[in-house]
Amino acid sequence: MTLITEPHLAHPDDFYEALLDAHRGFTEEQSQLLNARLILLLANHVGDLDVLRQALAAARAGIVDQEGQPQSMESGAKEST
Amino acid sequence: MNSELFAYRKAPELVSGKAGRYRVAVVGAGPVGLCAAIDLAQYGVDVLLLDEDDKASEGSRAICFSQRTLEILDRLGCGERVVGKGVVWKHGKVFLRDRLLYQFDLQPEAGHKRPAFINLQQYYLEQFLVERAIETRRVDLRWRNRVISVASGTGNVALTIRTPDGDYDIECDYLIAADGARSPIRSMLGLEVSGQVFRDRFLIADVRMEADFPTERWFWFDPPFHPNQSVLLHRQADNVWRIDFQLGWDADPEIEKQPDRVISRIRAMLGETRPFTLEWVSVYTFRCQRMERFRHGRVFFLGDAAHQVSPFGARGANSGIQDADNLGWKLANVLKAVATDRLLDSYDAERIPAADENILNSTRSTDFITPKSKISRTFRDAALQLAHTHPFARGLVNSGRLSVPHSYRGSPLDSPDHDAFSGRISSGAACIDVPLTGRTGPAWLIDQIGNRFVCIYYAGSNRQPPEAQIEGLRDGAVPVEAIVIGTVGWPLTALPEHIPAFIDTHGLFAQRYDATPGSLYLFRPDQHLSARWRTLDPDAVRSALSRAACPHALALAAS
Repeated sequence: MTLITEPHLAHPDDFYEALLDAHRGFTEEQSQLLNARLILLLANHVGDLDVLRQALAAARAGIVDQEGQPQSMESGAKEST
Repeated sequence: MNSELFAYRKAPELVSGKAGRYRVAVVGAGPVGLCAAIDLAQYGVDVLLLDEDDKASEGSRAICFSQRTLEILDRLGCGERVVGKGVVWKHGKVFLRDRLLYQFDLQPEAGHKRPAFINLQQYYLEQFLVERAIETRRVDLRWRNRVISVASGTGNVALTIRTPDGDYDIECDYLIAADGARSPIRSMLGLEVSGQVFRDRFLIADVRMEADFPTERWFWFDPPFHPNQSVLLHRQADNVWRIDFQLGWDADPEIEKQPDRVISRIRAMLGETRPFTLEWVSVYTFRCQRMERFRHGRVFFLGDAAHQVSPFGARGANSGIQDADNLGWKLANVLKAVATDRLLDSYDAERIPAADENILNSTRSTDFITPKSKISRTFRDAALQLAHTHPFARGLVNSGRLSVPHSYRGSPLDSPDHDAFSGRISSGAACIDVPLTGRTGPAWLIDQIGNRFVCIYYAGSNRQPPEAQIEGLRDGAVPVEAIVIGTVGWPLTALPEHIPAFIDTHGLFAQRYDATPGSLYLFRPDQHLSARWRTLDPDAVRSALSRAACPHALALAAS
């Protein structure tokens, strides 16, 4: 399966608002925890490791790491298969 | 402990003044070296076994021995004693703070001779193995014999050995280095081991006490009695309990080993009133690393000398004993000149991937137990919290993935399937045990195979199995024993007495091996499945044997 990157949310604004609402009243640390829990829940829902790897790579892409190297789509966490 | 077992004796070389000549020398009389020596001895090879010490290991050290290891110990003739003395377990519980997160069962089905695990102090295992080694009469055990130099040539390996009575020299055809994580043989040969060092410290305390905790593996994340760290509790023989406290990297090992300090940690866990005595205390760190290759010409590295893992998952001693299990029959067949040297190369081809599998699992467990960064700690905590209420998250919680045997699927000795099979076992995997009934009563599949190549023919309910073809399996270049298994109601009298025959009493052979009438299974001397077919084709069997046994061209030509 391929990671869906075309629009897939019926109501993107509603989702975005719900996402921000979920973090309301949380400290930075609590928000980190919420995000982590959310990722684990969604990952289990997706289930397909290949799709999840594509999502991890897409999420990494473009972020400049500590050595100043921008990450490409191919440089996702792939060391273990 | 019987100290006579470990008694130093003056080496004959020091009396005669002549250099000794041996087929195989094993360095290190720990569990791995002893298993290697016993295995070779059982195959008829005389072995010189050298150890620099003259006692069994201090403290309990390795304690968890897996089903596969117990099956190997059965093959080596001392499984019964080990299981008899050990404590059997298969359940584990994982706690977060003071709440049970989930529990697991490592052997949820019946129909296995051996349990998922036993716990037994390493010194008991070593004692039983030493007794067994002596019983074989082929193991020359020399305590306080330390190898001080080693030279590996094309035709032999030369050793200089230091004893209380002086130094002497020997030569051997092959050297087995089972001399532990700091392997002096490895250093003397200038070989390296590389991998990852973990920045964490753990305290092991072996405690003797009367306690009615169940015989289960209990693991706590962040318990109230040891906040922010993990704790592991295991029962051993003689009312000894292993408690493993995570300390963190900043802990001072010398301070942490002080009895007062250890006792107060244990009191916090067990309560102020429970009486106990402290048996052994150690603070350790660990590494996940291996040598690039385990075979170096005539020298083989086994166990911790070749590869090291964290203790979570019981993958250290178990994988070392499985190294010995893999090498024994190969080296014996090469020494008897029935197999070519290529068979010895397969030790690397099969045991390096096994080590990598253990290192991978052990590293993942360690990354969960000892998060390396703030974000990995966050994900760890998220998984632990979700595990209370969401079953999926329990699969992410990693307190150690317990040792299972590595499959040699895809190894150069393995014959891939040409026929379609489902079921649990694939070619290359270790035998999955099954209860049977033989001509003299109940039996286990695991006891019928091993020590030689075995072909199992599944007759189903066919009262007239092809006897001539089954007999013919024995006549090839590589000796094979043929065994026939039939379904319930199949007459054991269908075949002459000299062909071993069994009934699949509970239908578990058919189920676990996806057997249909006529299916044929080839097992190696180390009880791994080498090939399988839906029908008996003598040419296919010959070709699989030729692949698995690497017979000499001469032996092939003679057949």
